[in-house]
Amino acid sequence: MIDALKSWEEETKTKERKEFKTPSDIEIKKLYTPLDLGDFDYLEKSGFPGGRPFTRGVYPTMYRSRLWTMRQYAGFGSAAETNERYRYLLSQGQTGLSVAFDLPTQIGMDSDAELAMGEVGKVGVTIDSIEDMALLFDSIPLAQISTSMTINSPAAVLLAMYIAIGEKNGIEPSQLRGTVQNDILKEYVARGTYIFPPEPSMRLVADLIVYCAEEVPKWNAISISGYHMREAGCTAVQEVAFTLANGIAYCESVVKRMDIDDFARNLSFFFACHNNFLEEIAKFRAARRVWAKIIRDRFHAKKDRSCMLRFHTQTSGVTLTAQQPENNIVRVTLQALAAALGGTQSLHTNSMDEALALPSEKAVRIALRTQQIIGYESGITDTVDPLAGSYYIEWLTDQIEEEAWEYIDKIDEMGGVTKAIERGYIQDEIAKKAYEAQKRIDSGEDAVVGVNRFSAEEELDVSLLRVRDDVEIEQKAKLKDLRERRKSDMVESSLRTLERGCESSENLVPLILDCVKSYATIGEICGAMKEIFGEYKPTILM
Amino acid sequence: MSSDGGAKIRVLIAKPGLDGHDRGAKVLARALRDAGMEVIYSGLKRTPEEIADMAIQEDVDVVGLSCLSGAHMTLFPRVVELLREKGAPDITVLGGGIIPDDDAQKLREKGITAVFGPGSLTSSIIELIKEKVNG
Repeated sequence: MIDALKSWEEETKTKERKEFKTPSDIEIKKLYTPLDLGDFDYLEKSGFPGGRPFTRGVYPTMYRSRLWTMRQYAGFGSAAETNERYRYLLSQGQTGLSVAFDLPTQIGMDSDAELAMGEVGKVGVTIDSIEDMALLFDSIPLAQISTSMTINSPAAVLLAMYIAIGEKNGIEPSQLRGTVQNDILKEYVARGTYIFPPEPSMRLVADLIVYCAEEVPKWNAISISGYHMREAGCTAVQEVAFTLANGIAYCESVVKRMDIDDFARNLSFFFACHNNFLEEIAKFRAARRVWAKIIRDRFHAKKDRSCMLRFHTQTSGVTLTAQQPENNIVRVTLQALAAALGGTQSLHTNSMDEALALPSEKAVRIALRTQQIIGYESGITDTVDPLAGSYYIEWLTDQIEEEAWEYIDKIDEMGGVTKAIERGYIQDEIAKKAYEAQKRIDSGEDAVVGVNRFSAEEELDVSLLRVRDDVEIEQKAKLKDLRERRKSDMVESSLRTLERGCESSENLVPLILDCVKSYATIGEICGAMKEIFGEYKPTILM
Repeated sequence: MSSDGGAKIRVLIAKPGLDGHDRGAKVLARALRDAGMEVIYSGLKRTPEEIADMAIQEDVDVVGLSCLSGAHMTLFPRVVELLREKGAPDITVLGGGIIPDDDAQKLREKGITAVFGPGSLTSSIIELIKEKVNG
């Protein structure tokens, strides 16, 4: 075999059009053969789907029993407008909801805060109190659907609102299914919606994980996210490493309060899917294997279920082009296909117009149809992990795993991910890789069709969604009205109790639930916590 | 000022509003620095007032505003207004982000010299800045 390969390589030597590397800088050979896998031990490296190390998938039958959850991230303007979009998406065959909140909500501010000026209802729906939340989910059967909420620093506040409106409709917390992102660490490095300093933030994260494990068992208390770090610039390998390093930090903080096997099942993950089709597929497979090893070897979990890396995927926003936007449909298709071949549990497909504005209804429908075509027509869901055993895919899975471990070890040597963030290591790696990628595009080394290759003068022919500017005015009026109507002594007393809770070590989630039920606003609740916890002041890194 | 032998071009890259997407801002900051400019980065969540003050204190030639949250129509023109009010109308203001064409047109009318969307090459931004500052 070795001799035959050598002579084949000699005979077929030709000048190639470029050097071949994955976007993570892994060199790619012309050909992969069994020799690249050495003494590949199937049971150790792959195992069977639904069993450790879960390389081939977390469930034994994967998409043969049930396709991934088709879940489009959506939200804009007022709660009533967003509710309309949700009902439209559900009527079109979407199987789960994913709530996008506006930035004031994500940063724990009311719509009338000074810094909220111009931002109300812009990147998501605006929520000030439980009344808005009730409008948002009006006529949506909370016991039947699962709801994902992209909310981090105030995750406990929004989940509390969801629990409370469930209760009003006679639904027990134990029946609720869904996810809150609740991943604060990546906010400090990539997304920016932090409120409090790291220490009290980590306590809030842990409070919510513990609370969900006990009271809302079908709820994913955290979605440990690589997506935003990847979008900000890191490579696929780094996405795996940095995300799982954050996962380690969360587990370390919760195992002090609870057995690993009692909460690991409530952890979920969120990854991006970019353009390099085969590297992305290998990335998902490698991530599952690395996480299974972390949970078993480092945290000594006894249950296999604790070792499962279940994840949501979103196709990549940064790969979308404002030029020739229809081309984005093709990019999204390839990325979504890679996510499905990588074994995702749920998927958001981006809309073609997202480099220009929030998606229009038509663009969202095409994005959803893209998933449906992959799921129902392509046949790739007929067998589990169909690319396993490909010499290249297995080799690349190993390679990504190996390089991810190197980063995880390096972060451990720095004293863990919180220290690495304090030192600016993660932020600098991300910024460096982003700049390198831009230089490759500027120089033409990396092709972007329609941008630096095959560009064309064009008249833009897409109708864009516009968020009404009066959402801000209307929302401020609603807030004023609520403040006059509600029982202010109840609000005050629940907020003071929460403040005292912040000074103690008790779990804050039940206290936040009381605040929410007394019609305290998100700005008031986060404000009370800020009184005790203080605010995070970042070091500015370029 | 000139780039050949004279003082370096000074640029403030700023993030007004609550938007946390800073990939573009940071990439551009690095690219301008590599092109020989003096670059200051504001960090996230700055008010238009803070940005205008920073621009004046740092004596910059150019302010580059980045916003991907859709709040650009409120925030960008406010920075231009404040610079005029504070006696610094000569500072060139550029914008970047997810900005529809209609909005870009309106922003130019309100004194934002140019607007760069996704897919802009850093070389075209560098050229424009040199042209504006060096004449």
